[in-house]
Amino acid sequence: MSTRTTQTRTTQTRKTPGKGTSPDRVDVRKTYKLYIGGAFPRSESGRSYEVYTTGRSPKFLANAAQGSRKDARDAVVAARKAQPGWAGATAYNRGQVLYRVAEVMESRRAQFVSEVRAAEGLTPTRAEATVSAAIDRWVWYAGWSDKYAQVLGGLNPVAGPFFNISAPEPTGVVAALAPQSSSLLGLVSVLAPIIVSGNTSVVLASQDRPVPAITLAEALATSDVPGGVVNLITGHTAEIAPWLASHRDVNAIDLTGAADVEGLTWGDLEATAATNLKRVLRPAGTTATATEPDFTTEPGLDRLEAFLETKTVWHPKGR
Amino acid sequence: MSTDTAAPVTTASDAPARAREVLGVSRLTNTALTSWLHGLSGVDQVGAEARAASLGTRSIKTTSKAWAIDQAISMIDLTTLEGADTAGRVRGLAIRALTPDPSDLSTPRPAAVCVYGDMVGHARDVLGDSGVKVAAVATAFPSGRASLAVKLADVADAVSAGADEIDMVIDRGAFLSGDYLSVFDQIVAVKEACGDARLKVIMETGELVTYDNVRRASYLSMLAGGDFIKTSTGKVAPAATLPVTLIMLQAVRDWRGLTGQQVGVKPAGGIRTSKDAIKFLVTVHEVAGEDWLTNQWFRFGASSLLNDLILQRQKLATGAYSGADYIADDSPSLY
Repeated sequence: MSTRTTQTRTTQTRKTPGKGTSPDRVDVRKTYKLYIGGAFPRSESGRSYEVYTTGRSPKFLANAAQGSRKDARDAVVAARKAQPGWAGATAYNRGQVLYRVAEVMESRRAQFVSEVRAAEGLTPTRAEATVSAAIDRWVWYAGWSDKYAQVLGGLNPVAGPFFNISAPEPTGVVAALAPQSSSLLGLVSVLAPIIVSGNTSVVLASQDRPVPAITLAEALATSDVPGGVVNLITGHTAEIAPWLASHRDVNAIDLTGAADVEGLTWGDLEATAATNLKRVLRPAGTTATATEPDFTTEPGLDRLEAFLETKTVWHPKGR
Repeated sequence: MSTDTAAPVTTASDAPARAREVLGVSRLTNTALTSWLHGLSGVDQVGAEARAASLGTRSIKTTSKAWAIDQAISMIDLTTLEGADTAGRVRGLAIRALTPDPSDLSTPRPAAVCVYGDMVGHARDVLGDSGVKVAAVATAFPSGRASLAVKLADVADAVSAGADEIDMVIDRGAFLSGDYLSVFDQIVAVKEACGDARLKVIMETGELVTYDNVRRASYLSMLAGGDFIKTSTGKVAPAATLPVTLIMLQAVRDWRGLTGQQVGVKPAGGIRTSKDAIKFLVTVHEVAGEDWLTNQWFRFGASSLLNDLILQRQKLATGAYSGADYIADDSPSLY
């Protein structure tokens, strides 16, 4: 069979000599899949949904896998499995791995730019700037990996012959709803502060703009990030988010992407998350209608700190 | 195969007599056993695997799933067979069997606790007359490489310590070299030493190489008077696979047709998730029939399966996915 295909192609190529790509060449269309435990599976539900470009006349862009609650469950299992190893890596090593993500993204810059353009309807210049900011964000957080502990922890003065030391530790498995509009810069700004400290994550990509997120997953898969540290689900946010909020093996949830999602009230998610005392990072804004923050500014340590537990140790000072 | 004579349930001593009857011979020789075992129809490997795979695709939902989870828990032989086992660990496991999920006392208890022979007393102390049985592995488990006298002493020791069930291993070396009579005689002798304890015969299917051998070993074990046929020790991979269990279930079904005696099946090793356990239950129902869907006739040999079943049970009860923080951590202490 392969022989026949080759022959056909040869004939066709001969018909159009001198051209780099034959107009008769069969398209290699991409199947967009999930990213769970370092692998790229289809949704167990077998479903997919159509993704369109943003702009005045939306065009068909791709069929993305429509993840289900069971995919989210599998992702949590993968994240839990990867967590001790990732948290056990040295801070220096985690920083290197995050920097490596920036390197790999840089080498796929053109792809990211065109996908961000299509997904967010940006001008070429703004898309370039967004991708640059996303890559720089990895570098920014990579630098923090072995420094945040000094800033957020330290030696506490106590009235007694004791050393009293506070050290921040990762929370565990963190679920994150990625921002709905900022499909790449927002995603990186949410993801990097979660994993830099040794948490593992289950990320729900932007529902209508998932393509840059899938490409980011491919970059992560080829950049020394251990399988399971980042798990990415595409699909309907309102369908999957409640299952992550109620999941008792998830230790914290970032609700940033709950802003402006039809059929989803972030307050409900926060209430559900309270059943097992999850740490909750609320979406920006103080009202019920949350807004998406501006991701172009320097982030500060708030997001990183939101997913840390402070452990305090008393140690006697005797001679 | 001889005709169906509907022999009554046998005791150990009349196993050879019944074997002669089933084989239709006046004297039990290795030749007679060989020609009988090799006269069994061969296993269609591709067919058996395809059948097992198709049974594994059944989707079991809601009330059926809840039933299956409880049923599977009640069929577990909660097992710890490590060189590092301590009295404390065995007692902990036995307490776990009495209260599998302290947050939900309606959770059924596993069928038995399965330990090494020298640990039987510790398990017995905790379990008492709770109804949870104590099973002991014996006969130089897991290799089975010891003289018959040592094997029988091993069995007698476990029985006198209070074991309700004995899990023996067959001599795979003898089986593979075609010395079926020796395997048969050893099982008969062990059955004799068991007294009232039920005997599970471990065939270690991972070492038997072919499905045909699994079928032959199943028939040989039943012929010699085993009350249960069990796939594996859990120390050899592959352990309990679905096709192997399917072949054993066919064997016990046909054996009951042949002799009127019901024999149990116990897959052991490698069954870790509720999903796997439910696949096995579906296979039991479809191949052997409903008569085998009780812990009298079907068991899972497993250590971590209970945890996953409890997680799924909690999911059904609360509507939220559960996690390892909500079940007992029975991994060995590092301190």
